[in-house]
Amino acid sequence: MLGELGEASFVEKEAIVERLSARGDPSIRPLLSALLEDRLIVRQSDQRVFIVKSADDSLASLELIDPVSLAGAGSASRDDLTRIGTNNRLRKRLRALVARFDLSNPDAAVRLAAVQEILRSLDAESLELLRSRSAVEPNAGVKAEIEIGMGLASLDSGDSRARLAAIAALTRTLSPQVRNRLAALVEPTADGGFAEPDELVRQAAARAVRAIDRWRAFYGVVETLFFGLSVGSVLVLVAVGLAITFGVMGVINMAHGELMMLGAYTTYVMQLAMPNHIGVSILLAVPAAFLVAGATGVILERTIIRFLYGRPLETLLATFGVSLVLQQLVRSLFSANNRSVETPAWMSGTLQMNGALSITVNRLCIIAFTLVVFAILLIVLKRTRLGLDIRAVSQNRAMAQAMGIRTGWVDAMTFGLGSGIAGIAGVALSQFTNVGPNLGQSYIIDSFMVVVFGGVGNLWGTLVGGLSMGVVHQLLEPYAGAVLAKILVLVALIVFIQRWPRGLFPQTGRAAESQT
Amino acid sequence: MSGVRRWTMIEHDRAGAVFLALIAAVAIAAPVLNQLVPASSPFHLSTYSLTLIGKYMCYAMLALAVDLIWGYAGILSLGHAAFFALGGYAMGMYLMRQIGPRGVYGDPILPDFMVFLNWQKLPWFWTGFNHFWFALVAIAAVPAALALVFGWFAFRSRVTGVYFSIMTQALSYALMLAFFRNDMGFGGNNGFTDFKDILGFDLHADRTRVVLVVVTAAALAASYLACRVIVSSRAGRLFRAIRDAESRARFLGYRVESYKLWVFVVSAVLAGIAGALYVPQVGIINPSEFAPINSIEAVIWVAVGGRGTLFGAAMGAVLVNYAKTYFTGALPELWLYALGALFVLVTLFLPHGLAGLGRRRRRAVQAGAAVPAIWVLGSHVGVSLGNKLK
Repeated sequence: MLGELGEASFVEKEAIVERLSARGDPSIRPLLSALLEDRLIVRQSDQRVFIVKSADDSLASLELIDPVSLAGAGSASRDDLTRIGTNNRLRKRLRALVARFDLSNPDAAVRLAAVQEILRSLDAESLELLRSRSAVEPNAGVKAEIEIGMGLASLDSGDSRARLAAIAALTRTLSPQVRNRLAALVEPTADGGFAEPDELVRQAAARAVRAIDRWRAFYGVVETLFFGLSVGSVLVLVAVGLAITFGVMGVINMAHGELMMLGAYTTYVMQLAMPNHIGVSILLAVPAAFLVAGATGVILERTIIRFLYGRPLETLLATFGVSLVLQQLVRSLFSANNRSVETPAWMSGTLQMNGALSITVNRLCIIAFTLVVFAILLIVLKRTRLGLDIRAVSQNRAMAQAMGIRTGWVDAMTFGLGSGIAGIAGVALSQFTNVGPNLGQSYIIDSFMVVVFGGVGNLWGTLVGGLSMGVVHQLLEPYAGAVLAKILVLVALIVFIQRWPRGLFPQTGRAAESQT
Repeated sequence: MSGVRRWTMIEHDRAGAVFLALIAAVAIAAPVLNQLVPASSPFHLSTYSLTLIGKYMCYAMLALAVDLIWGYAGILSLGHAAFFALGGYAMGMYLMRQIGPRGVYGDPILPDFMVFLNWQKLPWFWTGFNHFWFALVAIAAVPAALALVFGWFAFRSRVTGVYFSIMTQALSYALMLAFFRNDMGFGGNNGFTDFKDILGFDLHADRTRVVLVVVTAAALAASYLACRVIVSSRAGRLFRAIRDAESRARFLGYRVESYKLWVFVVSAVLAGIAGALYVPQVGIINPSEFAPINSIEAVIWVAVGGRGTLFGAAMGAVLVNYAKTYFTGALPELWLYALGALFVLVTLFLPHGLAGLGRRRRRAVQAGAAVPAIWVLGSHVGVSLGNKLK
């Protein structure tokens, strides 16, 4: 029967495929998916059918697999093989058939995909299949998906009570498919009648559509907030190191962006060092980046910045010079091209919360990471000896010195801490922007704006400022577009600073007076 | 203050006189070497070098503008490239209108990029730019208006020091993002280019270029004199007082905000004029001119040359840019190292820039002669108060 596939017309192929799968033997699945993926071929020399491993046209010879025994069957040259063609109709049928086999796959994700595939073209036969599967299905997500499908099917039932029950069941699901199906029931058709003959059912459907719309709108807001928080987390992360060097020490560190760049390149080097363990390398990159950027910061402070305290505008120029040197250093070491940093598997993918809300894992990771970094920084500043020294020196340098604090050492450590956190931010940035010599420049203005907006010298201000900037940006984006939203946020900040020059959480008392 | 005294102040400015003489020498020598000396002669100045000289002088004007507010009034603007670029865009709009039907698409009114974007008619803000006089007004008025509005808000709410610098930087960054957008009507990221002529003279002709360089030299000299007059005036002394002790100047009864706003606007106009002269010579203007790094570079020129000296700032711009041209051609790898090291070394070891080298020697001779400006002003107020009481 297989041999006929090569010569058959599309209609005949479909019939063959139907007959093959009617036996219900799961071993037929590889053959079906091979046909679907253009990997089923006929060998010209003996007209036998084989599966090939890859449909890649560039290979000269292809490895063959016997479609029945699934054992390797040697290889053949490209020229000797003819692909068995498919058309849209046949592919659609194939997908539905493959999905049936997948219904009993041990992997819940595969089963879920299979259910969704079957729901796309529902008939009495597949409905029966789903119903029997629903009885034995252990996974709640897959089961719920089956319920939706059965509910949708019951909407076509002749009994209006069954339809009402189906609507009641479907109200809890928020998928757009269900909503559109229910909305179609209450829409008047072209001839003035309704798709749904029963008035009562129509009212129930209308209520259900309204309820679904309300929930979807709610989850839309939740999603925007979530996106905004993740954008804001990035802002907080890039700014929180600067909140130390600029906010606490008053150093206008224009090289802050380049310290983040060093962190990003550290991630790249770590991945080069352990190419087989991407997931581990990124975790190890965090302390490594902290050390690299932190050490650079300490060297910077000891050799340049300590001579410029009290002359903020001069520090701006000197650190800008340092940023140019660091950029060129990276260019000389790694070339001017962007480097690609891989995302570990555990950070990709999405979490489907319900029919209306899905959350991308990498955004979730960045929010969590930011909060962890922020919490650690807060603990270091409030609960450790170093933190105590840092606060003492920033509040009253002379008095701190008189109490025996080595202010020079504290300065170096403070700057190192801020720089190290910039390095950590660089690890996070490497996951969603290009790692290149210009990475730092594109974030430096944002990070200064966040610190100034939040209130210089106030870590909580940086957190609140960064997150709210992210949320506002995300709220504006649908109406204004990404670039205009960014411009609007910048302009809003400029106006805000004119009105409240000391930011959201201004420092008060004598320390504030002496800082300017 | 009498006109005579003002003149003597300029007369006593020996370094300034040397600087003006240098400009005059360039304005005479460059055209002669380019036009009259044959191309085969080793003394011939190529048109490329001529344009470079013109470019450097535009940068020198921008440096003067920065020095006027940073060196004298202590306002560090990290957004002066924005004023420079706005002046440049105003000139660019005139030059675009001059292309007329000679564009690639041959539309008599619309510039090429608008035809490309399927625009039907000229946006309202382009009206008038077919007249040269209108462009001249815009070159000064647009940067002035922006500086006025921004400065009025900023100075009134006492946004000073570092905060002001960061705000100006954000302003310039926002403008850059805005000009990158195609819907703004300023050519998106390509900006304006392919200019044909200015006031009917072919921009690609050597003669036009020579005239442009001479005009730039004249503008540079005039800007220098204007800045010198401003800083030598009583207002100039107040700027220094604000720089050194802003609150004290305010408590003495001076309207610090108005003075700062005034000098900020003047400086913005200077930067705008520099930008307008720059565009026809380099033949292109695009949003990257707004980039914050350009503003920082302008500040660097001033720091290297010596802030608060005017001529030092201008010479700093020329020197740094000459070094940039040389290094990026000869040793491109080393340029950023050299520039970065220059900033660090200058801020660490030459707080008064190159001009400070000569001054330090002189100060050793007349030690104690320098009287902080604030004391002079204080006594001034004392005298006028005394007069009133009489």
